[in-house]
Parts: sequence; C-alpha cells; structure tokens
Amino acid sequence: MRNVTTIASREFRRFFVSPEAYAVAAVFLLILGGIFFLNVYYGLQTGQVEPDGRTVLNPLVTILLFATPAITMRLLADEQRMGTIELLLTAPIRDWELVVGKWLGAMGFMLLLLGVTWVYPIIMNGMTQVVGQETGGIDQGVLVSAYLGLILMTGALLAIGVFVSSLFRSPVAAFFVTLGVLLGMWILGGFGSGGGTGAEVIRYLSLVNHYYDNMYRGVLVVSDMLFYVSLTTLALFLGSQIIEARRWR
Amino acid sequence: MIEVEGLSKYYGAHMAVRDLTFHANRGEILGFLGPNGAGKTTTMRILTGYMPPSAGSARVAGFDVVEQSLDVRRRVGYLPETVPLYPEMSVVEYLTFMGSLRRVVDLDVRVDEVIDTVRLRERAESYIGNLSKGLRQRVGLAQALLHSPEVLILDEPTIGLDPAQIIEVRKLIQELGKERTILLSTHILSEAQQVCDRVLIINRGQIVAEDTPEKLQAQLAGADHLLVSAMADSTELTAALRDVPGVTSVKPTSREGQVELTSSPGQDIRPAVAKAVVDAGLGLLEFRSVGISLEEIFLQLTQEERQLTSKG
Repeated sequence: MRNVTTIASREFRRFFVSPEAYAVAAVFLLILGGIFFLNVYYGLQTGQVEPDGRTVLNPLVTILLFATPAITMRLLADEQRMGTIELLLTAPIRDWELVVGKWLGAMGFMLLLLGVTWVYPIIMNGMTQVVGQETGGIDQGVLVSAYLGLILMTGALLAIGVFVSSLFRSPVAAFFVTLGVLLGMWILGGFGSGGGTGAEVIRYLSLVNHYYDNMYRGVLVVSDMLFYVSLTTLALFLGSQIIEARRWR
Repeated sequence: MIEVEGLSKYYGAHMAVRDLTFHANRGEILGFLGPNGAGKTTTMRILTGYMPPSAGSARVAGFDVVEQSLDVRRRVGYLPETVPLYPEMSVVEYLTFMGSLRRVVDLDVRVDEVIDTVRLRERAESYIGNLSKGLRQRVGLAQALLHSPEVLILDEPTIGLDPAQIIEVRKLIQELGKERTILLSTHILSEAQQVCDRVLIINRGQIVAEDTPEKLQAQLAGADHLLVSAMADSTELTAALRDVPGVTSVKPTSREGQVELTSSPGQDIRPAVAKAVVDAGLGLLEFRSVGISLEEIFLQLTQEERQLTSKG
C-alpha cells in the first residue's frame, strides 16, 4: 500500500507542474462559472432562482467526459513512451500498485477540482435561504447524494482512462480512445430501449444512467454505487494485466 | 551473485538471446561486450526483472528472477541504456521518489550521499530536463546506487559522455566494484579492457568468448607483434632479426626500414630484438609492441560467428 501512495502522491504533485492539468482545471472551472453566472443572472431577471444545488452538476458531468481522458492520457502512456516504465517495473513494486497509484493520484486531483465546484451550491444556498429563518436554501441531502454519485462516476471514468493509457505509448491516442470508450458507454443506454434481457443488460452498462436515474435525484441505491465501484475495479485490474502482459512480449 | 543458465529470449520469431550461460561472483566487474543488437540489453532486462526469459533460468543474489522477482528487484540497481528520467522533477525530488519506492531507510541522508558520490551537488536542485546528457547519466547512476544494491547492472554506462566524464564514470564503477558485483555492457572494447575483471563477448545472443581481458588477448592473439624501425633498409633489418630466438616470422611493412615481427606466444622477445638491432650496427629508430587489440579479437570472433552461421 505504501508503494501505491508513493506513486499516487508523486502523480498528484505532478499535476501542479503539468500544463494539461492547468488547462483542464481552467477550462473546467471557467465553463462552470459561466454557466452558473448565466443561470443566476437570468434567474434574477425573472425573479426566480431555483433553489437547486445541482445547477452546475449537469454541465459538470459533460465536462468530466472530456476532462478525465485529458487527465489520464499521460499516466501510463508517457511512462511507456519515455521508457521511464523500465525503472518503475524494475523497482520492487507490483504492477497493480503502479496502476492503482496512478489512478489514485488522478483521483486526488479530480477530487480537488470537484471540491472547488462546491462554491456554487454554497452560493446558491445563501441566495435562496430566507434571511433569519431555517427554511429555504437548497436540499442538502440531494446535493450530497449527487456529489457522491459524481465522485463514484469520476473514479470509474479515470479508471477507464488509466486502463486505456496502459495500452498506448501515445497520450493523444490514449485520449481519443478513452473519449471514444466513455462516449460509447454514455450513449449505450440509447440502444437499450425496449424490453427483453438484452436491452436491460445494455441499459445496465450505460455509464450515466446509474447516475441520473437515482443518485442525481438524491436516491442512493447500492446497486448503482456497486456498478461504479466494480467498473473501477475491473478497469484497474485490466490495466494491471496489460502492464503485466507488456513484460511477456 | 549472478547465475545464468541456458537463458533464451524470443521476440516473436526473432531470437534475441539463445542459450546463454554465465555467472558473476561477488565483487567482480563483469563486462558484457558485443555489437549493437547482440542481446546485451535483453539479458540485462531479464536479470533486472523487467521481462521474463522465454527459456532457461537466472538467479541474482540467490533469487530466481521469475519466481522471486520482487526479491531480485530489491537487491539490484539498474541503469538502463536510455536513462529514463522525469524531466519535470528536480534531481533531489527524483531520487527521493525512487528511494521511497525502494523503501530506503534514512532516505534524505542517503539521497545526500549518492548526490555526493556521483558529484551532482551543485545541480541537486536543478530540473532533470535542464541537465546535460552526462549529468543525466549520473542521475541515473545515483538512482541505481540509492538502495546500496548488492548487484549493479549498468547498460552502456558511458555512452554519450564526453571523454572527461567517461574517465570519471569508469573510475566510479571501479570504485563501486570493490564491494559489489557489477555487470556492465559496452561496445567500447578499451572500456571493457580497463574496467572489467572478466569479459564476456556476446554476439547474436550467444557467448563467443569469456575470460579476463588479458587472457583473452593472449589466447586469441596467440602471438605478440612487434614493429621495429631502423636506419637501414628492410632486407638488412630482416637479416639481422631473422635468427633472434623466439622470432617466428619477419615481414617487411610498406615503409622502408620497418619490419613486423611475430613471436611465439608467452615469450618476451623485446630485449633480444633490441640487442640484435644494436649489435648489427643499425640505428634503432622505433620499437613498438602491437599486440593484437581486443578490438581485433572482437572483430575476429564476431566475424567467424557470422561466417559460421551463414554456412550453417
């Protein structure tokens, strides 16, 4: 476990000296800020600001779809391209520790970004609260549930990114394939219309349905959470297998 | 410390290493000599646990490289050929990171020590991306030394360095080799000659010769060559030297007044030759031993090998 944290903390710190991470963070936060501003601005003009802490969550999920591949693309692809993986794989660490460490480092960075987005619900809460009374404000339970779901989903997105990154030497290739996989799993739900077991399975595999159907609405369902956790585990397991297989080529 | 038994490695249909068997003792500097693509790097990668062999076995510090890979990796310091480093990290950051992966105790102290060992003190806070090739090589070496490994595996440690740095690194390797086993690869023969206790010449994935540099030279050269110039014409000189005991042949070279002598192995004919020239009243101008260099041996061996394989 110490190896995992060593790798994770190095990876986490590297985000603060890497241009991609700043680019991602800047775009991520600027767009959300803009969207929040527009929402509040037009809301105030009509005199009606919805007391919903999730104003920014919807666009945030869409941005995540693009942000996570950008964050993960370099993680293992760069190590392979630069040859630095040779020293990691000859250090006394296990392949899975490397993969999980990389994922955890990226997760730390994304959690930081997601943490920053909490300012919007806080502002929203302040705006909609009736002064001097306990009423009004946003539904904090729904907010917590929505964020929990978001964190679980981010974990899965990053894990898929790490897995794809293990397959490539080129970060750009890793970025596009990750994006493709994520988009594919995103729209998968659309193919699962209609009845039958097949449609149900397809719907189950859809990346966002588990989020929007329940957790986004404030309903915590264990199976949805398990979906993201097992997707994360599977992706990280596959990533470790790929690294291990690299040795045998 | 290193025992390799029948090691083979295929990349698809290509056989990079075939049936390699050798060993290195504690405190020995073993040179791995061969042309590019001979299988040196592949063998080293197997020994460091980077990749498993296709066949055969290897033990490093008593541990099997496949079955006990982590134990092997804990005891080996490795400098890969390309010296892969993270350009965005400073030297200290990088060494601290590698050291914590290797669970080095008293890491800060140790990082300090190796920085002094490889003489990087002034550049300790520099970003690796801003360092010259030679300095990066030293960072790579520092990384390999961090955990005071019993076995050091260095893949072309002096490649790309300037002459002063090469001398420095060679000195460092000799220093380090006093207490640990070092396997180093090179395609520079004089380097192997200078640094190594024993040399393995490897070609096309196979060992073609193995011995100390001196013995290899004696064995394969078979005989010593002497170049003698005098103030006389070549025929005179030839006549004077033909009957010196131990001389097996006298051949005039293209230069007038110069001959090349061959002696029977293991016999130093120099005093006798010098005396003969002076006694004949010829003014001795130049007198030089041109004993076959490792370079020639190397070419001979790798060529013979090529001829054999092309026939077979």
